[in-house]
Amino acid sequence: MIEMKEVFKVYKNGVTALNGVDVTINQGDFVYVVGPSGAGKTSFIKMMYREEVPSRGNVYINGVEIGGLKKKEIPYLRRDVGVIFQDFKLLPRKSVYENVAFALEVIEENSKKIRRQVMKVLEQVGLKHKARFIPAQLSGGEQQRVAIARAIINNPKLVIADEPTGNLDPETSWEIMRIFEDINSKGTTIIMATHSQDIVNQLKKRVIAMEKGQIVRDEHRGEYGYEA
Amino acid sequence: MKLSTMGRHLREGSKNIIRNSWMTVASVGAVTTTLVLVGIFLTLMLNLNQLAQNIEDEVQMSVYIQLTADETQINELEENIKQVNNVTSVEFSSKEEELDKLIKDMGEEGEQWKLFEQNNPLNDVFIVRAEEASQYKAISQKVKEFSNVDDVTYQQNTVERLLTFNKYARYIGFAFISALILTAIFLISNTIKMTIIARQDEISIMKLVGAKNSFIRWPFFVEGMLMGMLGSIIPIALVLFGYKYLYTNFNDRINMSFVELLPFDPFAWQISLLLLGIGVVIGIWGSVMSVRKFLNV
Ligand SMILES: Nc1ncnc2c1ncn2[C@@H]1O[C@H](COP(=O)(O)OP(=O)(O)OP(=O)(O)O)[C@@H](O)[C@H]1O
Ligand SMILES: [Mg+2]
Repeated sequence: MIEMKEVFKVYKNGVTALNGVDVTINQGDFVYVVGPSGAGKTSFIKMMYREEVPSRGNVYINGVEIGGLKKKEIPYLRRDVGVIFQDFKLLPRKSVYENVAFALEVIEENSKKIRRQVMKVLEQVGLKHKARFIPAQLSGGEQQRVAIARAIINNPKLVIADEPTGNLDPETSWEIMRIFEDINSKGTTIIMATHSQDIVNQLKKRVIAMEKGQIVRDEHRGEYGYEA
Repeated sequence: MKLSTMGRHLREGSKNIIRNSWMTVASVGAVTTTLVLVGIFLTLMLNLNQLAQNIEDEVQMSVYIQLTADETQINELEENIKQVNNVTSVEFSSKEEELDKLIKDMGEEGEQWKLFEQNNPLNDVFIVRAEEASQYKAISQKVKEFSNVDDVTYQQNTVERLLTFNKYARYIGFAFISALILTAIFLISNTIKMTIIARQDEISIMKLVGAKNSFIRWPFFVEGMLMGMLGSIIPIALVLFGYKYLYTNFNDRINMSFVELLPFDPFAWQISLLLLGIGVVIGIWGSVMSVRKFLNV
């Protein structure tokens, strides 16, 4: 479902972040993206929800070349992609419930569906009992689970996570990974950039290793392969 | 747009207004100042225009016929005048009629003129009317060249001065008001910019989860529009009450048929509506400027 062909990314300041990337990721895959800092993992991921456009080459999502999308069409692409970050990006003044509901409100879903979906997805990430809390009253792991709930509430076919466990202790990280496995088991593609050797080596999945803007290794049930 | 969505935009827009209270006050104040001046200016200009119009309607040209002219020559002259461009009517008035008019116009003093009834020193006259006051000058130049014309007169100065005054007042007024409107737009766009910066996180999440660009923009338009509307409240009140006061007092005191203020209804209401419209346009314009520049959607 995701295909990149000869993708290059040169930022305005002249830095080449992607240097000819070719890859195919199928629906339902679970992929780790690993590599040293500055290898281009985040840039690679940003191509998939059109946060950045390739300087050269093409990115196809379900057969649609997304570099050529009109401004108006981008929102509809993003409704099919859930994105999760290291720093959660929750709205501090809104409650857990409101943070998650926000994702549906702004795409103009009706309130009945919003209520039903929010409760369902909060249950899925185990936070139903904290729906009224604000982010500051939650642990890091809980905050990340709220972010995950927000990312998956619209049933996206693809979930992208950029170092989702980067700010979490090992135990909490495993809670997050269990949720990802759960989501993936229902057919959702998961792409996760990570620096966590433990996770990659213990929960075996496909591993795409990047260096200097290129894919240097792509293995099913791969190893982390670096000294962390 | 769905009703619930519209409600949400209104809510969000209003929230922004309250959140930015000081900036909002400054922007609304700028709109208020601008619209008060626009209101005064428009009221003045439109009434002056009306006055000029009324005076213009009163203006006519008198063509004095030489005493020596006989009837065929007079008829010929009438035909000639009728041929001149922009002449709408030519009316003959004999020297006896002219004297009667004079006596009537003079009132008390007119009695003296009755002496002349036996030996009338006045000329026969053609009363000529044109479509517009500005055309008399050209007409008079033509008519003067015809034979058997003794003199041509019209109320040249009043009309021309009023027209010139109106013209310059309009230019200066427009320049001044444009500057004010630009200032108000600038202030509003700055306020909206602050809102956009304050809500940057929210906006980036909206983009991330696939909110339509128009959905992201609307609350800012609403905010601008509300500021414009708030700014038009005082000016509208001022126009309505001020004009009511002026109208009642002015028309009672000055009793000349052609010096008359435009009637309160509908004039004051039209101006009010216009001020509201200008306020809204200023507000939306200001927000569009900022949204284009800073929202990046
Ligand atoms: N917006 C940008 N403008 C300019 N240069 C950028 C931008 N984003 C990333 N870069 C540069 O591109 C290169 C790749 O960055 P990228 O963020 O993709 O790496 P990464 O693999 O995600 O690193 P990390 O593991 O530290 O997150 C780096 O040299 C970085 O400085
Ligand atoms: Mg990164």
